Amino acid sequence: MEIWNEAKECMSRDQMTQLQSARLKKVVSNVYHNVKFYRQKMQEMGLEPGDIKGIEDLNKLPFTTKADLRDNYPFGLFAVPKTEIVRIHASSGTTGKPTVVGYTRKDLDTWSECVARCLTMAGLGKDDIIQVAYGYGLFTGGLGAHYGVENLGATVVPMSTGNTKKLINMMIDFEVTGLMCTPSYLMHIAEVIEEMGVKDQIKLKSTINGAEPWTEAMRVQIEERLNIKAFDIYGLSELMGPGVANDCEFHKGMHIFEDYFLPEIIDPNSKDTLADDVTGELVLTNLNKEGMPLLRYRTRDLTSISHDVCDCGRTTARLSRFKGRSDDMLIIRGVNVFPSQIETALLSLDETTPNYQIIVDRVGSLDNLTVKVEVDEKFFSDEIRELEKLEKKIAYAIQQMIGLATKVKLVEPRSIERSEGKAKRVIDNRKFD
Amino acid sequence: MALKQLSVFLENREGRLEDLFQVFEANNIEIHSFSLAESSEYGILRLIVSNPEIAKEELRAVDFSASLTDVVAVRLPGGFDSLKSVTDAVTSEYNIEYMYVLSTEKDKQAIVFKIKNVEEVEKSLEEKGFTLIH
Repeated sequence: MEIWNEAKECMSRDQMTQLQSARLKKVVSNVYHNVKFYRQKMQEMGLEPGDIKGIEDLNKLPFTTKADLRDNYPFGLFAVPKTEIVRIHASSGTTGKPTVVGYTRKDLDTWSECVARCLTMAGLGKDDIIQVAYGYGLFTGGLGAHYGVENLGATVVPMSTGNTKKLINMMIDFEVTGLMCTPSYLMHIAEVIEEMGVKDQIKLKSTINGAEPWTEAMRVQIEERLNIKAFDIYGLSELMGPGVANDCEFHKGMHIFEDYFLPEIIDPNSKDTLADDVTGELVLTNLNKEGMPLLRYRTRDLTSISHDVCDCGRTTARLSRFKGRSDDMLIIRGVNVFPSQIETALLSLDETTPNYQIIVDRVGSLDNLTVKVEVDEKFFSDEIRELEKLEKKIAYAIQQMIGLATKVKLVEPRSIERSEGKAKRVIDNRKFD
Repeated sequence: MALKQLSVFLENREGRLEDLFQVFEANNIEIHSFSLAESSEYGILRLIVSNPEIAKEELRAVDFSASLTDVVAVRLPGGFDSLKSVTDAVTSEYNIEYMYVLSTEKDKQAIVFKIKNVEEVEKSLEEKGFTLIH
């Protein structure tokens, strides 16, 4: 299998450490001088850019959290003048305020470089025709993948999400060989391919799937079902978007592009750095970003890291399959959902929060979100019409808040399961191990 | 004074009707009539009972959503054939939200319906010579 950028992906550990140290010093100095938030944080800690001599000093630096991004909404963490920013992306936040990221032209080039590396890992190259079926728009998935495919020199078909039959018909007509989408959407596509009875007309070779958690068993199952190779991709908009890490044909964890993203694993409680192969929270530092470089961003994703050299020849560290989150965020069809958002939506209806429970199911292969709402005296009407109106109103408020269609189910008072008197807010019936 | 109807929210779950009737039995509440409206996920049971206030409190005590609704109950002077005379008397001004039978007993046939502005409708029915049930 080819390697897109052998110089960077197969560096010796010493070379990588040197490169990372040089870039870390630069980025620390950059944010100290150009981002008030970091300058204040470092000054509070009695830290100056000169104190950071290399990656061995990483744990002296302050953390960055999603709340910090929100607090500095919209452009407070940008390290360059707005005139240098050529693109904005945003993801949903816990209070309805999105978190915003900005990219310079060079940042977009870096992003395309990363995605091209991922595509090459999946055995795709300039001769391939690749459908991108992530949502295009503020979400980083669509556009991030799109420009990566163009950078690779392959042909991109910008499907976005939605019409599955059309996607499959084009897949056949264009002889599409690569596909980027969420794992659950891939499963849905497989089902529709089977329903349409067109499996033998599909030329698909490889798929790259991410933006939501899935299991190794699911990956193997989809490979067999469609007779393809499926690859796991990781990314987050705060750091860049899809393409922070990707697994190679050996599927022994995702290679993280360490020349751009400096990974650490910490204990989410004590915040101590953990050793290789020990599961903890992934913390990432942007090493080469101009628009909005983040120091020690707490991803809340739980994984472990391994530095063993992979059989594919790449020397980059690998992240094990994600084991969940260290907070209560849910990832549903690629969209980040916090229970507090749903609570905010419910609160907006009537200043009184009904008792509710969020249930996530994987029905067939698609993630479905159901919100159970207890009908107490405040909400009860003796007319079905009124209750249906209430259901629609709730569903609309939630959809406005999280951007996902939600099924609202009215239930009897106190029928929502309680533990120690407190209602259990989230039931996630999806299996990820 | 309008008749108080007991309205209860019921999930489509096994045993819920049974639970409800048990509450009635334990509190000696008699059912005179009822109607069940259903959607795919839940139902609303509307009942005319002997002691709606107590029924409501007892149901709430065991976590049912229950409320009292003002409804109009009226005798049909000529049996169900005279339904039209009732609707003629009220629907020119208001819509009937729902309606069900209160009694089928000969010469005592009666219906219950929900409508906006219960007092006004009752007054107008009485003026037209209908007998209301309270």
